[in-house]
Amino acid sequence: MSMGAVGPSAPFTHTPNSVQATMLTVLVALAPATLFNLYLFGWPAILLFTVTVASCAAAEAISLGLADRPVWPRLSDGSAILTGWLLAMSLPPWAPWWTGVLGAVFAIPLAKHAFGGLGQNLFNPAMVARVALLVSFPVVMTAWVAPHPLFAAGSPSLAEGWAITFGGQMPDAVTAASALGFVKTELSRGIPVAQSLPQVPDLMDMALGLRAGSLGETSLVLILAGGLFLMARRIISWHIPVGMLGALFVMATLFHALDPDRFAGGLFHITSGAAVLGAFFIATDYVTSPVSKAGQLAFGIGVGVLTWVIRTFAGYPEGVAFAVLLMNSLTPIIDQYSRPRRFGRTRQGEPLAQKAAR
Amino acid sequence: MIRHLFPVRGGVHPAYHKDPTSEKAVVPLPMPGMLFVPLQQHVGQAAEVLVSIDERVRKGQMIARCGGAISAPQHAPTSGRIRDISEVTAPHASGLAQTTIVLEPDGADEWADLPEPIEDPFAADPQVIRERVAWAGVVGMGGAVFPAAVKLDLGTRYKIDTLVINGAECEPYVTCDDRTMREHPQEVIDGARIIARALGATRIVVGVERNKPQAIEALTRAASPHPDVEVVGVPAQYPMGYAHELILATTGRETPAGKRTAEVGVVAYNCSTAKAVDQAVRLGRPVITRVVTVSGGAIREPKNVECPIGARVGDLVAFCGGFRSHPAHLVNGGPMMGQPLPNLEVPVVKGTAGILALLGSETNARPEEPCIRCGSCVGACPVGLVPVEMAALIRRDDLKTAGRLGVGDCIGCGSCAWVCPSHIPLVQYFNYANGMLWNQEQQARKNARVKALAEAHALRVEKAAAAKRAAQSARKPAASPAASEETGRKAAATEEARP
Repeated sequence: MSMGAVGPSAPFTHTPNSVQATMLTVLVALAPATLFNLYLFGWPAILLFTVTVASCAAAEAISLGLADRPVWPRLSDGSAILTGWLLAMSLPPWAPWWTGVLGAVFAIPLAKHAFGGLGQNLFNPAMVARVALLVSFPVVMTAWVAPHPLFAAGSPSLAEGWAITFGGQMPDAVTAASALGFVKTELSRGIPVAQSLPQVPDLMDMALGLRAGSLGETSLVLILAGGLFLMARRIISWHIPVGMLGALFVMATLFHALDPDRFAGGLFHITSGAAVLGAFFIATDYVTSPVSKAGQLAFGIGVGVLTWVIRTFAGYPEGVAFAVLLMNSLTPIIDQYSRPRRFGRTRQGEPLAQKAAR
Repeated sequence: MIRHLFPVRGGVHPAYHKDPTSEKAVVPLPMPGMLFVPLQQHVGQAAEVLVSIDERVRKGQMIARCGGAISAPQHAPTSGRIRDISEVTAPHASGLAQTTIVLEPDGADEWADLPEPIEDPFAADPQVIRERVAWAGVVGMGGAVFPAAVKLDLGTRYKIDTLVINGAECEPYVTCDDRTMREHPQEVIDGARIIARALGATRIVVGVERNKPQAIEALTRAASPHPDVEVVGVPAQYPMGYAHELILATTGRETPAGKRTAEVGVVAYNCSTAKAVDQAVRLGRPVITRVVTVSGGAIREPKNVECPIGARVGDLVAFCGGFRSHPAHLVNGGPMMGQPLPNLEVPVVKGTAGILALLGSETNARPEEPCIRCGSCVGACPVGLVPVEMAALIRRDDLKTAGRLGVGDCIGCGSCAWVCPSHIPLVQYFNYANGMLWNQEQQARKNARVKALAEAHALRVEKAAAAKRAAQSARKPAASPAASEETGRKAAATEEARP
């Protein structure tokens, strides 16, 4: 500092919040749903979750080291752990170990550090990894299983779980279709939605998570609780979740009313797949979503509409990850067009017309 | 009396830290051994010295007069002898010195002959009130330090219908306005009514943040006989004390960018300024003291001190029991917008609302981390800027685009920097950009002026040469008369084209 040497300038008070505290709060919010689903899907899920999170942390450390950046300060902010956690939650629970490791390679060095590290990536790293895995290994990535709660009859022991995760010995008999996948397959066989829908798990089972699906997406009640917790702590605002779920619900309800045989209803769309997890935990990723509230609402609506379009018309039964990535690419443009109006100025930035004093 | 408030955007809720001083009555500072009265305690031109070294002055005597159209005089805070008129470090972050009158009090505290009180200010000519306020050296006591009398003139140029009295005091720690409103509600309301009279305003709105219920109650009681005065509790939401924000919240009128609030028929005065105006008009007393909040974790006994202008910061700190431990930051003003103090030797001036000695643990300062684009700064900005985007542009030195996005509209309130989880010093980015943009603009203006002068010079040279040629050709009869006519016309044309 030059003359005067008075040190830093105002403000001399700051929020107690930090990047690390923010990430930790998100992890806390994810914990109940995660723990319940780890219990529900047993040892293979626990092993896969551990491998995925550890791989992401390792990939972060290696990437930082290669970039000659301080490793511990960045690793300890928890962003890589969160990416690994979300990636694990989006994998089939009994998927083999290498999906987690390969996913970490997609997520951390390629989707994050190639762009410049924390805060610089255009696309959500966890979703890049999930989509890359899904298009590369469609069979492995859609091998769903019905819940096999820990210690229940028929649940794999630790040794059996080890064999499933690390030995690739997936028992044939246990695979099950996800609700979205089932409805889509049935539709492709000419069976209308109205007939296939009654065969998917009922609403109560969907809400509790007693259904086939990705490792962390099935327990709607706990995910919703975590999301509301994040809102209460003001980590996220309502704009993206409400925009996304609202748009998904409206689109689905509207088309369901037009042709119930072709289109599943709004409630079905919201309760199945990764809709709720995506709305509260994935689409709300700070780095890859718009910064203004208006932009966030537009972004959320976009994710909701695209999710419905992909689920309904595209080849894949689930569309949340694709929709999030597509909207990620629009984030810079949304940011450009959603700047708030400045004080004393019109939307165009001109000073307000002078009002005559009354 | 529930009054409709108008919504304002953004803002943050920093920890108030007002408790250490808010319940303590204002105490006078014992007269220090030496007072240092700077000539520049206000926006505008510095005051001009009226006294000489070794001259004896009495309390309230004008020792420096108004230095221009926008200026304010200085008065002796007590009786004593002028010991020096020299350069003393100013209470400013630059640590630069400025001309200061050094007064050694003689302990007699003997008043000078003061002007007569204005008997009935509500029957007096507004011009008389303006002149009295100008004489008394009243400036914006909230920290803006704009000469109060100059603002009173706005009433002659604009149709002002509403006076807003700013009692928001949104800065953490600082409670001097709170104490003033609680201890002198009559003077504040009376001063406000005098200002309104001078401005020609028919309505007075006193805006106080709701975290000061006693002040609201005291003012409401003081205002009850006057139907034209309304006391309004406004949300405790920093920066509510920013005049444009408070005016929007209380009147719903949004001042156009780059314009005065008078454009929308409103003028705002700080509540302590209203009290100072009251003293000047009712008692004929100039501004020679002010209430200063001395607080912060490093101060042993935080207090509100009524302090003569020119007392050194060190005198106040000593009066408050000294330091409990070594302060990490010494701040002039509040923690959100205050200036770092160069040292304890600088004097208290009319705009000094707070002296804070903060511990490192109080500030939650952390090393800067990468921006995670959380958008908190966008939600916090009361002006509607996008700090995250501007900071990214400034970081890669694209100041032009940052300027287009409105960095010039930044009021420096610090809300974005307060709320940033990555602890990025956003205000510094914007101050830097605005400083550079200002320099560039000055440079461009200078270049344009140099260019104009150079062109004019070239024209003059050409004209002189043409005139010389014309004279030569006139002397030589062989030269063609048409050619000389041509040159003459050209010279006439260039003469016209001269700027």
